[in-house]
Amino acid sequence: MWKSDAAEPGRTARFVGIRAEHFSPALAPPVGGYVEEGGSKHDARMAVGRLLRVIIAMCTGNPGHPRISASPNTWLQRSRWSTLTALGLCALLTSCREGVLDPHGPIGRSERIILTDATAIMLAVVIPVIVLTLAFAWWYRAGNRRARYQSELQYSGRIELITWSIPALVIVFLGGIAWIGSHDLDPPKPLTSDHPPVEVDVVSLDWRWLFIYPDQGIATVNELTVPAGVPLHFRLTSTSVMNSFFIPELGSQIYTMPGMTTQLNLQADDAGTYEGLSAQFSGPGFSDMHFTLVATASTTFAQWIEATRARGGVLDEAAYTALSRPTPAGAPLSFARVDPELFETVSSGKLVTQWSPEEAR
Amino acid sequence: MLGRLSLAAIPFDQPIVMVTCGTVGAVLVTVMALVTFKGWWPYLWREWITSVDHKRIGVMYMILALVMLVRGFSDAIMMRSQQALAAGHAAGYLPPEHFDQIFSAHGTIMIFFVAMPFVIGLMNFALPLQLGVRDVAFPVLNSVSFWLTAAGVLLVNLSLFVGEFARTGWLAYPPLSELAYSPGVGVDYYLWSLQISGLGTLLSGINLTTTILKLRAPGMGYMRMPVFCWTALASNLLIVAAFPVLTATFGMLLLDRYCGFHFFTNDLGGNPMMYINLIWIWGHPEVYILILPCFGVFSEVVATFSGKPLFGYRSMVLATMAICVLSFMVWLHHFFTMGASAAVNGFFGIMSMVIAVPTGVKVFNWLFTLYGGRVRFTVPIYWTLGFIVTFVIGGMTGVLQAIPPADFVLHNSLFLIAHFHNVIIGGVVFGVMAGYNYWFPKAFGFKLNEPLGKAVFWCWFVGFYLAFMPLYALGLMGATRRMQHYPNVHWQPLMVVAFCGAVVIFCGIALTVVQLAVSIRRRDRHRDLTGDPWDGRTLEWSTPSPPPAWNFTHLPRVEQPDAFWAAKQAAKSSQVAERPGYSGPIHMPRNTPTGIFIAFFAFILGFALIWRIDWLAAIGLVGALAVALRQFWQTGREVEIPAEEVAAFERPTMREAA
Repeated sequence: MWKSDAAEPGRTARFVGIRAEHFSPALAPPVGGYVEEGGSKHDARMAVGRLLRVIIAMCTGNPGHPRISASPNTWLQRSRWSTLTALGLCALLTSCREGVLDPHGPIGRSERIILTDATAIMLAVVIPVIVLTLAFAWWYRAGNRRARYQSELQYSGRIELITWSIPALVIVFLGGIAWIGSHDLDPPKPLTSDHPPVEVDVVSLDWRWLFIYPDQGIATVNELTVPAGVPLHFRLTSTSVMNSFFIPELGSQIYTMPGMTTQLNLQADDAGTYEGLSAQFSGPGFSDMHFTLVATASTTFAQWIEATRARGGVLDEAAYTALSRPTPAGAPLSFARVDPELFETVSSGKLVTQWSPEEAR
Repeated sequence: MLGRLSLAAIPFDQPIVMVTCGTVGAVLVTVMALVTFKGWWPYLWREWITSVDHKRIGVMYMILALVMLVRGFSDAIMMRSQQALAAGHAAGYLPPEHFDQIFSAHGTIMIFFVAMPFVIGLMNFALPLQLGVRDVAFPVLNSVSFWLTAAGVLLVNLSLFVGEFARTGWLAYPPLSELAYSPGVGVDYYLWSLQISGLGTLLSGINLTTTILKLRAPGMGYMRMPVFCWTALASNLLIVAAFPVLTATFGMLLLDRYCGFHFFTNDLGGNPMMYINLIWIWGHPEVYILILPCFGVFSEVVATFSGKPLFGYRSMVLATMAICVLSFMVWLHHFFTMGASAAVNGFFGIMSMVIAVPTGVKVFNWLFTLYGGRVRFTVPIYWTLGFIVTFVIGGMTGVLQAIPPADFVLHNSLFLIAHFHNVIIGGVVFGVMAGYNYWFPKAFGFKLNEPLGKAVFWCWFVGFYLAFMPLYALGLMGATRRMQHYPNVHWQPLMVVAFCGAVVIFCGIALTVVQLAVSIRRRDRHRDLTGDPWDGRTLEWSTPSPPPAWNFTHLPRVEQPDAFWAAKQAAKSSQVAERPGYSGPIHMPRNTPTGIFIAFFAFILGFALIWRIDWLAAIGLVGALAVALRQFWQTGREVEIPAEEVAAFERPTMREAA
């Protein structure tokens, strides 16, 4: 979602407008039965009403209570489970349509496969355990004369062999996924592709994102334009405090840390715009620390570079020092020329931004 | 003269804070006036404040935790309401500087001042009774531990009214928590309150570890200890090993902030990642410090109310100790996304998953304890069943995040928030509530109201699912933690549902108070005259309820696990002679105000250091040391309980044994 297929050059000027449209409810994309604010609030109210009824019934103690005596268990279970199931389904449906379950790149897709596979493997054990817990507790309730009381059952080598083996086998299996996955999806590992990667150096400022294109010698703030279908290689650092660079629909995040450089490889397969954000709390302006990744066709990307160069602006140390002062929610900016040493200077900790006491408040 | 302290430190311009301040002040004054009017001060001073009785200290820990639960929950419901409102262009009602303090305080308070005192309180109360001994190894130290925790609590609450609290999140990651980025007193409040209460926790850990290792009833070998004692042993060993790391880490951050050191700064060779490593070397064992005793509670509860011995006792012990050791080998899974190599990430991912094996074994053992039992559906068993159902889900999402590539998209998201609330509410809160309902009659001599107890359970159970299942979904949708506002309006419905869940949990907390009040009013109807209200299996049920100060007149002889159950079975078949009669006076440690005095001066020291008031800090330090030294040279530290008084307690026990 959040895709606009027509991505033309010179869009930076329009960008503030696009952000606003994105966030206005009228233009929010249709999400199955869950968009309308009022409607879902109503659902929530109904859910709470039902829950309160359940609670009141439970408060009054046992199934012998007149209000629920007709069919004690079914009544209670149905109302509780239907609420929870409805809630769960809604949550699942909405979450499948954006974020990490709706990936638009190879890294995100592999990670979604790992998420779903691992969940399925574990559910195969977890669901039976939940069912058995409730079933055993119910069947062996003190009043049930048909259940056989085995007061001496406290050790059984055979059962214990099984109880150690089941989780151990699951973990052997998942451990394999973890080990292979860590290597295959290691953030610094280059992606295999026919295209050479586009290099982007990222600096997290307070509270904005600076993107330097070292090969093109240009830079942007809060807007990252890249060609679709081409690998992206990021080197990342921070000017002051830690942040985490994350585009949920493309996959892996990585921290940006002062005086250190981390690396990340991603790729956007489809043209469109994707929301990026900081996932690590970084101070007062953190909640506005969003950026947009615009994936375009390769030709459009070349045009965009030329347009950015034409707009002018120079990012040297002095301009960087001014830019890195704490500023909440900055609008997108661009620079036609960038000091080629700038990223090295920042990432080696030579241009650390300190906050004044007023800025820290 | 007053360092940085001035009238400007009091946030007169913030109505929420000032109203809270007024309310808390009014409640305090009312309580104080009531106590004074009724003339209860001498009683409180003599029997509670200066008490070194492990049972009373345990109860005070629980009260402290319950009060702080209300504080921590107020923070929670403010966060949930803020996030339910602040979607799109809406800013909500809490500005960032306030919201950031709230989530930092919520985490700090819930872990250090709710979960820890609850768990330590339960261990304090139940351990010596289960071990069949008269008190912990160092009773005065126990009182010092408690009052140091209380001093930390006082400091953390004072930050609400005088100055501010940290705005850095509950673990205060540098460089954000360094002086350059957090120049205010917030981080200092955070650090000093945790240093003082952390010292208390460490002393408590040493005390309880020594108690378990050195003071067991005659004949109680390690493999005859109740499982709760085993889990408490593992937990306290972890405290002893992990809390010094926390103290040292905070010590280094304090040196950075106060003396211009550069351990974790951005310049002069400092490296913030060292802090992240160190804090999680403490932080991951910390969650097992909390959860292991709760596993112990569930083991006791499930065995007692199934009328069966715990299935697979040796497996349980092995699993407990395995978790204890493994918990130190997983800390890096908290920062897979900080650029460690694939092999390092893979190793720590697998080690984290391996912990799921002993934990899984425990779940299966509880399952097979239910199997073939006669399960009585009391309040503690409700919490236990709710725990198993909830905890396996939390465990599953935990293992999911132990897979590094999965964590790359889930780290710091609301999915993570949902996960750790799933295990901490589903595990620790449920465990503590089970233990509270289970041991309450032992502590006070009457049972808690059952229907209200079940209502509390349902509120927490339903409220938990309502509040945190939407957070799982939101996390997958790309929502991160600690957002004061967010642009995506279609996250709002789920945020509203989560808020409703918090309201349901609030009903649970309110009903807990109602349950306590109703139970006290109707205590005569639910008296426990036998000392064994649940048909228990372990030694604490062999003494009267409430037990005398010396717990056991005759130290019990233990010949097998579930010693009390075995004794009851033997008594039924008349295989044993009556217990011997009363034998003589008993020596017990004398009550002392050392604990509260040391804590008072520690509080002064902390407050003075936060506000940089040098002379006051000197008074605090010298005062605390002087009180401690006085204790070292004190004579007459024991009091003799006369034979007649002992005998008076002996009789009901004899009748019950017959």
